[in-house]
Amino acid sequence: MSDLTGLTIAEARDGLKKKAFSAKELTEAHIKAMEKGRALNAFIVETPEIALKGAAESDKRIAAGSARALEGIPLGIKDLFCTKGVQTTAGSHILEGFKPPYESTVTRNLFNDGATMLGKLNMDEFAMGSSNETSYFKPVINPWRRKGSNTPLVPGGSSGGSAASVAARLVLGATGTDTGGSIRQPAAVVGIAGIKPTYGRCSRWGIVAFASSLDQAGPMARTVRDCAIMLKSMASHDPLDSTSVDLPVPDYEAAMTGNIKGLRVGIPKEYRLDGMPAEIEALWQKGIEWLKAAGAEIVDVSLPHTKYALPAYYIVAPAEASSNLARYDGVRFGLREPGKDITSMYENTRAAGFGREVQRRILVGTYVLSAGYYDAYYIKAQKLRTLIARDFDEAYKKCDVLLTPTAPGPAFGIGEKTDDPIAMYLNDVFTVTVNLAGLPGISVPAGLNSEGLPLGLQLIGKAFDESTLFRVGEVIEKAAGLTPRPAAWWEV
Amino acid sequence: MSVDKNTVKRVARLARIALPEERLEPMAGELNRILAWVEQLNEVDTSSVEPMTSVIKMSLKMREDVVTDGNAATDVVLNAPLGEDNYFAVPKVVE
Repeated sequence: MSDLTGLTIAEARDGLKKKAFSAKELTEAHIKAMEKGRALNAFIVETPEIALKGAAESDKRIAAGSARALEGIPLGIKDLFCTKGVQTTAGSHILEGFKPPYESTVTRNLFNDGATMLGKLNMDEFAMGSSNETSYFKPVINPWRRKGSNTPLVPGGSSGGSAASVAARLVLGATGTDTGGSIRQPAAVVGIAGIKPTYGRCSRWGIVAFASSLDQAGPMARTVRDCAIMLKSMASHDPLDSTSVDLPVPDYEAAMTGNIKGLRVGIPKEYRLDGMPAEIEALWQKGIEWLKAAGAEIVDVSLPHTKYALPAYYIVAPAEASSNLARYDGVRFGLREPGKDITSMYENTRAAGFGREVQRRILVGTYVLSAGYYDAYYIKAQKLRTLIARDFDEAYKKCDVLLTPTAPGPAFGIGEKTDDPIAMYLNDVFTVTVNLAGLPGISVPAGLNSEGLPLGLQLIGKAFDESTLFRVGEVIEKAAGLTPRPAAWWEV
Repeated sequence: MSVDKNTVKRVARLARIALPEERLEPMAGELNRILAWVEQLNEVDTSSVEPMTSVIKMSLKMREDVVTDGNAATDVVLNAPLGEDNYFAVPKVVE
């Protein structure tokens, strides 16, 4: 049997249907890859028994001719999604040992459609980070290395375990979440596709909350089509999340016609940053040429408040996080550190349970929400958000979709940016605007830089127009003509 | 607006995070850098702008006011670090 871990989800689905291989064989191949891939530290918990049990059920269904949309597809699940009876930590010491008695809506949707779970994927603690270095369970290693170098690189973040496991062919696809770029930035720096859907497209129920007005789940996979297949299953209206929308979920694959003739693609001039690496600029130009060649019309647009997106985000996200993370008190779940009274028990628990970056953000959030500062910071940031969303509304009068780089650079070395929080925050400069405005954004692998590292291009769509992102994303993917696959140095 | 050591202490208290004395000063520095950076928002005149209250325009759905869940006490306390008879246990709070 040839390389089953090298298949796309679409190919695996077809192979299973044609009985070219069984779900059991497909799953076993991935369990083996997962075990051989431990040097990447992508998994916090491996669940081969759950995957095999699911595969057995899938093989029965396939034999009976009642296969579901994702029948027998082995996936990795970011450790932010509550999985019934399986430890869910959000990458934090404070939740170590927590076994949710319920299943998140997104994972339940995936499993109801026949997907199986290989394990829980490592991530930045509470999704706060862009490099996976804030995980209590140690950083994930990017399967990619610079040409001729053994320096370990970060896989981006916060969905770094998801990105690394998909790129390294340990899983066929993975769930991610994106609050400021946490799906798209890691996808870009490991050479895979990833989409943050419109806010409200996927239910947030059972996803450990970071910043509730920004958080959104989405798929990460090796092709745009695979993301379309996964999102179709992940998305749903959910009475348990009042912000999930009651709109039909389109057949995203059917929308992938390859035809973008006459589509207006906006190029926002504010995304051309001073000091941006030439290779990012060059890739962006290439993307423009590809879309033009496919018949799209290129339109220059302006999103004047772009530069204020990151600072606004670093008020709104910590503020919401400080509130959401108040629940970790040593009483109901997770870690407890004793103290002389109940207050010191809380304080000691949270001091021992949260890492440095999480503590920093809780303190920033508490400060900006505290008496006397709320208007100056939080309300101010929410007003900027209105302006940022308005910029997009204006731009969409002139175009149907926007094209930008995904991240300001390729994967960097572990430890290279940890001393300077703001330098780290800048990784999200191109992605964060989309979260603030609630819009969908997809990152598509589009090239390799001079050191052989993957780079991505981002498409930003109108609210609930993921279909256009998949359609245009596939055009870029085809034009780029890459199937980036890192050399498997970890399999020694 | 600048944060000093005492402000950090007060905020850490509000956030219920025990910060040892030696971390107060460095944390004040870190917070000041972040706050100074976010204060660039003041360049923008927002006097006639409404703050965003909902990312996507939607109205909340109404639902029947009925019990849909419950009687899951053992599930609720399942992960408690300390508990007894389906109750959470905490250090003594009333003398």
